[in-house]
Amino acid sequence: MVGHEIVEKQVLAPDVVSIRLRAPQIARVRKPGQFIILRISEGGERLPLTIADADPSAGTIRLIVQAVGKTTGQLASLEPGQAIRDVVGPLGRPTHLDSFGHAVCIGGGVGTAVVYPIAKALAELGNKVTAIIGGRTKDYVLLEQELSRFAQRVIPTTDDGSYGQKGFVTAALKDVLDSSPEPPVKAIYAVGPVPMMKAVSELTRPYGIYTVVSLNPIMVDGTGMCGGCRVTVDGQTRFACVDGPEFDGHLVDFDELTDRLTTYRQAEARAVQRYENHTCKLKDES
Amino acid sequence: MSSNTGRMTAKQRLAIERQKMPERSPDERAKDFNEVNLGFTAELAKLEATRCLQCKKPTCMDGCPVGVDIKKFLELVEDGDFLAAAALMRQTNSLPALTGRVCPQEIQCEAECVRGVKGEPVAVGHLERFIADYERAASEPVNVEVAPPTNKKVAIVGSGPAGLTAAADLARMGHDLTVFEAFHAPGGVLVYGIPEFRLPKKIVAAEIENLKKLGVKIELNTIIGRTYTLDELFENGFKAIFVANGAGLPVFLGVPGENHKGVYSANEYLTRVNLMGAYNFPNCDTPIMRGRQVAVMGGGNVAMDSVRTAKRLGAEKATIVYRRSEREMPARIEEVHHARDEGIIFEMLTNPIRILGDENGWVCGMECLHMELGEPDESGRRRPVPIEGSNFTMDTDVVVVAVGARANPLLSGATPDLKINKWGYIEVDENLQTSIPGVFAGGDIVRGSATVILAMGDGRQAAQSIDNYLKDG
Ligand SMILES: Cc1cc2nc3c(=O)[nH]c(=O)nc-3n(C[C@H](O)[C@H](O)[C@H](O)COP(=O)(O)OP(=O)(O)OC[C@H]3O[C@@H](n4cnc5c(N)ncnc54)[C@H](O)[C@@H]3O)c2cc1C
Ligand code: SF4
Ligand code: FES
Repeated sequence: MVGHEIVEKQVLAPDVVSIRLRAPQIARVRKPGQFIILRISEGGERLPLTIADADPSAGTIRLIVQAVGKTTGQLASLEPGQAIRDVVGPLGRPTHLDSFGHAVCIGGGVGTAVVYPIAKALAELGNKVTAIIGGRTKDYVLLEQELSRFAQRVIPTTDDGSYGQKGFVTAALKDVLDSSPEPPVKAIYAVGPVPMMKAVSELTRPYGIYTVVSLNPIMVDGTGMCGGCRVTVDGQTRFACVDGPEFDGHLVDFDELTDRLTTYRQAEARAVQRYENHTCKLKDES
Repeated sequence: MSSNTGRMTAKQRLAIERQKMPERSPDERAKDFNEVNLGFTAELAKLEATRCLQCKKPTCMDGCPVGVDIKKFLELVEDGDFLAAAALMRQTNSLPALTGRVCPQEIQCEAECVRGVKGEPVAVGHLERFIADYERAASEPVNVEVAPPTNKKVAIVGSGPAGLTAAADLARMGHDLTVFEAFHAPGGVLVYGIPEFRLPKKIVAAEIENLKKLGVKIELNTIIGRTYTLDELFENGFKAIFVANGAGLPVFLGVPGENHKGVYSANEYLTRVNLMGAYNFPNCDTPIMRGRQVAVMGGGNVAMDSVRTAKRLGAEKATIVYRRSEREMPARIEEVHHARDEGIIFEMLTNPIRILGDENGWVCGMECLHMELGEPDESGRRRPVPIEGSNFTMDTDVVVVAVGARANPLLSGATPDLKINKWGYIEVDENLQTSIPGVFAGGDIVRGSATVILAMGDGRQAAQSIDNYLKDG
């Protein structure tokens, strides 16, 4: 088989899947916070995805994908036994982990998949871990069970109140910080949509708590070669693929990131439409 | 004009003018990505080779960084013995189809040709291209001798011209070769940087096939410094390593507004188009902004490739913005001519100081200063100095920054024992060995952004050094 075989697939939410694929060397050396770039097939685009978990003995890595565009849609439709042509990694700097005493890990939507390995590693270092996981609705609250295996507390939130606490993750975070927990919170890891990471960083700034965010700019190579993933951190240009993807949330220019992420919105809409027309046709024919 | 009528006199030879490279019309070629030059016919090639005076002291050979035996080569071409010419070429230059197309001949071999003193030099590059293409098209595969296997494993990092040359040479010496490449396709700058219209990818692919026939293994999607460290390669049984990872770090201008949407490094712009096929979007999945008015900063080959790419992507106006004058532009002269014929606009002595964005964050213009040339700088070129108060605004909706590259720190950062200089380039001794025994380096990661032929020269030298190292070890 050419490429990396998918050995397992799980549907986590209506358009969110977890896949395990064979990538033995990456599984062996990857660390929490790192990502891979994949290309499904010839002519495909290069898509960065965080490594949600790895099983070195089985030689597999786990990716969690939300179908939001053409490539992610195509990826989510692959089944076990099918293969992904190119997978390169591990990329990016591993998460800065330490014994903080108490850390809060916040995941928004599929961001929970990114924060999951970080939370796990923090717990392994003896930290008390509080996890706050938000979703639009109940369906999008991910990995609650997995997290509760090692997190002292898991607080689910939903925008519509269909599950857990109604409202955004920031409200739940404020409650935690204001409840004077023991030991005190010394680190916060927030991964999710840019507005969420921005809101968390704004919230924690006055508390002076170290806040780490994981950025998801547009990437091509993932090796620092193209500069497409540049972000402004503390007034300086940094390449998220090699200098990040994690940065101090209090120093990130989130507005610029939000804006740059819209670069190909029109083009993507075209690609999705074409893809859908094409797959509809295939269905009609079959 | 055939050689069986006997050798021509110098006078007869001098009377022949330099043959023009047949090329597609500017109108036609600026609409697609197919190669611009069509190549000499056999007749044109023989005629051009006949212009060589067969000098006693062939100075052209001093101009070639790898010392191709140009005099003998031209004689064989003149005689129509094309396959012999190809074999001779390959003794010193293993990738003539590439160098014939991309060497800056006008400052190398052709610069030293005596015919250039009065008139035009012999078109060595065009002939090299012809011979290599002839060889590739000839049905009989050229047999290369491979030494008996030594069972010694050698790793090459990077599949650009330096890596490919070293791999070919070492494989012929009987070693067990693996090339590790970060991207999903081999070739380095030859595939992600230099566009199809100048260097068709099938030529690079043919060279890669030749390598595979020699038994070289190519491991794509493998980043040394991430997927494996150099130490792990040694642990996995590799006895020597050649690091040829190029100089892939983009340089930006450092002016305000550079992060607006529509501003690209040349690396990103060219990679999207060449490697990812963005010109073919949405048939390929990778998009690119197709500007109406594209401004490209810089005056080198990378800038020319970018601006001509912009034209082919449909730009109404594609402009080179360069802070010195045309004389100082480091691009190959042929590319500058081709660009001009294709309607590229040249804004010389112009330096951007700010990139302007609209209310939605898209690039909409550039504030520039006019420059004048002052005293020569370290590079010997006259330094551009801004003319105060000459500020003006240029409309543009895509900006491509092609003002150079630096050393990518990914591998050196993961290899603390590897000595680098203050610019981040790897330090080597006269045998191209680095501070780590058994690790050699060459090409752009040692020289800074240089040329294909210099990278190949390093590959060849490193192969020799590695072979010696393996014999001693
Ligand atoms: C657009 C453009 C046009 C050019 N035009 C010309 C021209 O006309 N004439 C000319 O002579 N020169 C030209 N050059 C310069 C020439 O291409 C380079 O000097 C030459 O390619 C350098 O060769 P190299 O083998 O050192 O590196 P590269 O060609 O850069 O190859 C390095 C390879 O290593 C890979 N790599 C990097 N890091 C790692 C890692 N850690 N692990 C594994 N793989 C890695 C890269 O992906 C790449 O494939 C041009 C350059 C560009 C960018
Ligand atoms: S390799 Fe380059 S410099 Fe040498 S003879 Fe050929 S074209 Fe000229
Ligand atoms: S993705 Fe190209 S430099 Fe980061």
